Amino acid sequence: MDVVVCLKRVPEVAEVDLQVDPTGKRVKTEGLPFVLNDWDSYALEEAVRIKERSGAKVTVVTVGGEEDEEVLRRALALGADQAIRISDPRLQDPDAFAIARVLAQLIKDLPHDLILVGVQAADDGYAQVGPTLAELLGIPHATLVTSLELEGGRARVRRELEAGLEEVLEVELPALFSIQSGINEPRYVSILGIRRVAKKEIKVLGLEALGLEPEGVRPKVLLERLFSPPVGEGAEIITGGVEEVAERVAEIFERGGVI
Amino acid sequence: MSGVMVLVEHRRGEIREITWEMLAKAQELSSSLGVEVQAVLIGRGLSGMAQELRPFCHRVLVAEEEGLEAFNSEPYQQVLGRLIEERRPVLLMIGHTAQGMDLAPSLAAALDLPLATDCYEFGLKDGRLWAHRQMYGGKLSAEVSSEAPTKVVTVRTGSFDPEGLREVGGEVEEIKVRLDPFPWKRFLEYVEAPPGEVDITQAEVIVSVGRGIGGPENLGLAEELARALGGVLACSRPVADKKWLPKDRQVGTSGKTVKPKLYIALGISGAFQHIVGMKQSGLILAINKDPKAPIFQVAHYGIVGDLFQVVPALVAKVRERKGG
Repeated sequence: MDVVVCLKRVPEVAEVDLQVDPTGKRVKTEGLPFVLNDWDSYALEEAVRIKERSGAKVTVVTVGGEEDEEVLRRALALGADQAIRISDPRLQDPDAFAIARVLAQLIKDLPHDLILVGVQAADDGYAQVGPTLAELLGIPHATLVTSLELEGGRARVRRELEAGLEEVLEVELPALFSIQSGINEPRYVSILGIRRVAKKEIKVLGLEALGLEPEGVRPKVLLERLFSPPVGEGAEIITGGVEEVAERVAEIFERGGVI
Repeated sequence: MSGVMVLVEHRRGEIREITWEMLAKAQELSSSLGVEVQAVLIGRGLSGMAQELRPFCHRVLVAEEEGLEAFNSEPYQQVLGRLIEERRPVLLMIGHTAQGMDLAPSLAAALDLPLATDCYEFGLKDGRLWAHRQMYGGKLSAEVSSEAPTKVVTVRTGSFDPEGLREVGGEVEEIKVRLDPFPWKRFLEYVEAPPGEVDITQAEVIVSVGRGIGGPENLGLAEELARALGGVLACSRPVADKKWLPKDRQVGTSGKTVKPKLYIALGISGAFQHIVGMKQSGLILAINKDPKAPIFQVAHYGIVGDLFQVVPALVAKVRERKGG
């Protein structure tokens, strides 16, 4: 069984005052901590578990610069067998379609029974690359997967719907699944473990090597500008020392009839 | 006549709310562009739903198909693909829901159409689509655009108000599509979430914890506040994902929708999927370290600070008032 996992390194934005850079189209990334996209960590864990159960070969792929190799190293430390990075200056501001296009071009020539991706990326949140990639490869897909069982040439998956409801699907392999957070418990990777794979080769491929023309990865949807989202009325912020704040809140609770 | 197309989302014989929200937006676009509102209804046993939709659309396109009791992206893609090629709508709207997320990207890729996902506002100006969507966990918005003749958007739930829907009294048109078989993706069954120990939807006071609680070892602090207020403990998605609390305590799109008298959000940043599940609460208090956390947009009161200091002080003050 050959499993391909697509990974993305994203900035961690909780508790960060995000700034837009002078182009108006990108955020300033200097000083931001970067991590493996949360959803992708579940996809990766799922792949590693399949390997442990049935001896699959796991290939991890990302699109990005040299700094993005960090997430591939992490995957190698967890047990991935092979890592590939797609990198090309002409892929600077790709839309989700362009990313899916280059991934498809690479993966069509790799053995693949199963492709796993995260449901979405924490930064742009398109939730689009996975099923687009499946379509370009001509294989079936299921998104929002919360459980995955392989039996013969088929997968039985659960998809998360709304309000606690799920559906069960049977999908023939090769197939692509977008993995929902919570499907498993991603294991911890030690710095030592990552150091151990520091010398492992990561193959880097550009558009030429993939046999793609720049026109083929031109975005279909253009990002025009980033701006502060529309705000609601907003909360009344209670300021002061801890005691003072607590007293004020207790008073509000009492007035509101909850104490 | 060209149109703005809306894919009707339905499940177990019921039209889902997102459909009416999209139709409200489609009506607005239809008057400014002078095009039809066309609803596309795919499945089995559709006549009741078609009649329900008809007053609010110029045309309800109905594709009744054998074996389509439940949603499946494969036949939906075939039917929509045929319709789009024949009728060339200026815009196709699909909900950014579990159904839409499974369908829209592959449909757009198959037809070589541009797709903007999870949009909360959009319009057409001289044939060009502009759409607004959130990024970075709701901390920034982006404007995206496309000039293609036919565009696809997926629409965020709750973005448009169906109250404003007008009757435009259209017609129902049956569509015959010869489906190619799709044995590689089969729907088997629905599975309901098992009921939990505590039904958080019945609680008058909810103390809800997010990633900011740090770990399961700190849950006691939140529990103490819940107990002092006679409430129950709930959580946002990351806490349930990490199994710090059971899934049935999760508030949000894929969990429970709650409407307590008091909702306290501890260390919850306020992802859209969470806010949908609690914004109707009577009184909302948020405690978070990050002044830019989106939760402060829906909270009535906010404390920017360390919950580990504020919560114990608050527990003491609540007990004091209750005792006195």
